[in-house]
Amino acid sequence: MIKINNLCKSFGKNHVLKGVDILIPEGNITAVLGPNGSGKTTILKILLGLVKPDKGNVFWKQRITHGDYSYRNKIGYLPQIARFPENLRVRELFSMIQDIRQQPSDLEPLLDAFKLRPLLNDRLRHLSGGTRQKINTVLTFMFDNDLFILDEPTAGLDPVAMIQLREIIARKQKEGKTILFTTHIMSLVQEMAQQIIFLLDGRIYFQGSVQELQKLHGEHNVERAIARILEVNEHEGVLDSVQPTASTL
Amino acid sequence: MIKTLKYSFYDLARSNWTYLYMLFYLLTALSLLFLSNDLSRVIVSLMNIIIVLTPLIGMMLGTMYYYNTRDFAELLLAQPIQRKSVFLGQYLGLSLSMTLSFLVGLGIPFIIYGVLVSSEVWNFSMLLLVGVLLTLVFAALAFLVAAMFENKIKGFGVAIVVWLSLAVVYDGLFLLAMMLFESYPLENAALGITLLNPIDLSRILIMLKLDISALLGYTGAVFNKFFGTSLGLLVSLGALSLWVLAPLGLFLRVVKHKDF
Ligand SMILES: Nc1ncnc2c1ncn2[C@@H]1O[C@H](COP(=O)(O)OP(=O)(O)OP(=O)(O)O)[C@@H](O)[C@H]1O
Ligand SMILES: [Mg+2]
Repeated sequence: MIKINNLCKSFGKNHVLKGVDILIPEGNITAVLGPNGSGKTTILKILLGLVKPDKGNVFWKQRITHGDYSYRNKIGYLPQIARFPENLRVRELFSMIQDIRQQPSDLEPLLDAFKLRPLLNDRLRHLSGGTRQKINTVLTFMFDNDLFILDEPTAGLDPVAMIQLREIIARKQKEGKTILFTTHIMSLVQEMAQQIIFLLDGRIYFQGSVQELQKLHGEHNVERAIARILEVNEHEGVLDSVQPTASTL
Repeated sequence: MIKTLKYSFYDLARSNWTYLYMLFYLLTALSLLFLSNDLSRVIVSLMNIIIVLTPLIGMMLGTMYYYNTRDFAELLLAQPIQRKSVFLGQYLGLSLSMTLSFLVGLGIPFIIYGVLVSSEVWNFSMLLLVGVLLTLVFAALAFLVAAMFENKIKGFGVAIVVWLSLAVVYDGLFLLAMMLFESYPLENAALGITLLNPIDLSRILIMLKLDISALLGYTGAVFNKFFGTSLGLLVSLGALSLWVLAPLGLFLRVVKHKDF
C-alpha cells in the first residue's frame, strides 16, 4: 500500500499541492486525473523522490521513502517526456539501464511487442517521438517491479502500440502489481482503472472507484462525469470555497 | 557513479564537439611548432591560448551538456541510485572526455616534434597539467551555473559573465586598483586576490615553472617573492585544486535539494 499524508508543494508562488492525502491499495490500477497543471506529474515525481515535498510524507511498504533511494529498485517509471543521450544507440540505452539496475530483465518479448528489434542499432537522436515513447515503455516494463508509475503512457503511441500497452498493464495487474498512471484519455480510465484520484486546485477533489464517480453524477461516461465536476467548479467561482470532498457535488 | 560516468563518456566520445575541440588544439599546436623552433616560446604562446580558451570552452560545453542531459537525468534519477552518483558520473564523464581531447590534441604534435627527449619536457607537462585543471575547474563551474538556472538563456548568459569576469574583467580591475591605491602596500591584498582567480593562478603556475620572471606579471612576482619558486608552485597548485573541489561540492549541494 502507498500512503501519502498531507503532501504540500509550492514552486515559488505557485501552490501546486495544498495538502493531499492518498491511499493506493496494492494490486490496483489507479488513475490520477486533473486538468493541465493540476499537479499530477508533481505527485508522481514526489513518489519517486525526484521532487522534494515542502510538507508531508510518502509511505510505501510501511517505510518513509524520503531520503532513501533503494526502494526505487522495485519501481518502474515512465516519464511524461522521453529524452535520451543523443549519441547512444537503442541497444546501448537498454544495456545501460540493465547495467545500472543489475536486476533480471525481460527485454525480448517487449521488443517484439513494440516492433523495436529493427531499430536496435539506430542512434537515439534520430528516433520519432512515438518510437521514443515505445522505448520508454520497454524501459519501464522490462524489470519485474512491484509498482509501475506511468505519466501519460499513451502519448504519441499508434493504435497497435496502444493495444500492446493496455495488454501489458492488464497482465501486470493480474500478476498482482500496482499501477499508477495519469492520462487525459477517459476511455482508458473507464476501461482500466479501479480507482480514480481527481486533483483540482491543489487538493483531492474525488477519490474512489469508477462506479462511484459514475453514480455520483448520474453519468455513465467518465468523461462526462469529469466534465461535470469542472463545470460545477466554474459556477462556484472561487475554488477554495468548495470543500474538497465528493459530498458537496 | 562509475556506470553513469561510463555511459556519459560513451555518449560524448561520439559527439562532434569532442573531435572539434581536439582538432582545434591539434592544429594550433602544429602551426605554432611549425612557425617557431623555440620550444619554450611555443609553450608560452600556447599557455596564453590555453588559459583563455580552455575556461571558455569548458564553460560552454559544460552548460550545454548539463542542459542536454537534464531530461535524461530524470530517468536516471528514477533508478535505484543516489543523486550524487548520477551527477558526479556526468561531471566526470564530461571532464574525462574533454581532458582526453585536450591531451591528445596537444600531445600528438609535441610528441612528434620530440618534446619527450628535449629539455622542455617538464615545462610541457606543466602546461598539460594546468590545462587539465582548468578544464576540471570550469566544467564544475558550468555545471554549478546550469544547475542554478533552469532557464537556458539565463544559464548561458551567467556562464559567459563568469568567464568574462575571470578572464578579462579581473585583469582590468586589478590594474585599476593598482593605480588607485598606488601609495598603499598592496602585496598581501594582491596575493589574496590572485587566489580567487583560477586563470591567474594557472598563469603564475606555468611562469614559475618556466622561470621567466619577465612574464610573471605583478601578481606572479609577488607570489614568487612571498613563497619562493617551489612553495609558490605548491601553493598555486593547491589553490587550483580547491578551485575544482569548491564548485563541484556546491554543485552537488544544489542538485541535492533540487526538483527534477
Ligand atoms: N520544476 C518545476 N519548477 C517550477 N514549476 C514547476 C515545476 N514542475 C512543475 N511546476 C509547475 O507545477 C504545476 C503542476 O505541474 P505538473 O507537471 O505536476 O502538472 P500536470 O498535472 O502533470 O499537468 P499536465 O496534464 O499538463 O501534464 C504547473 O503549474 C507547473 O508549471
Ligand atoms: Mg504531467
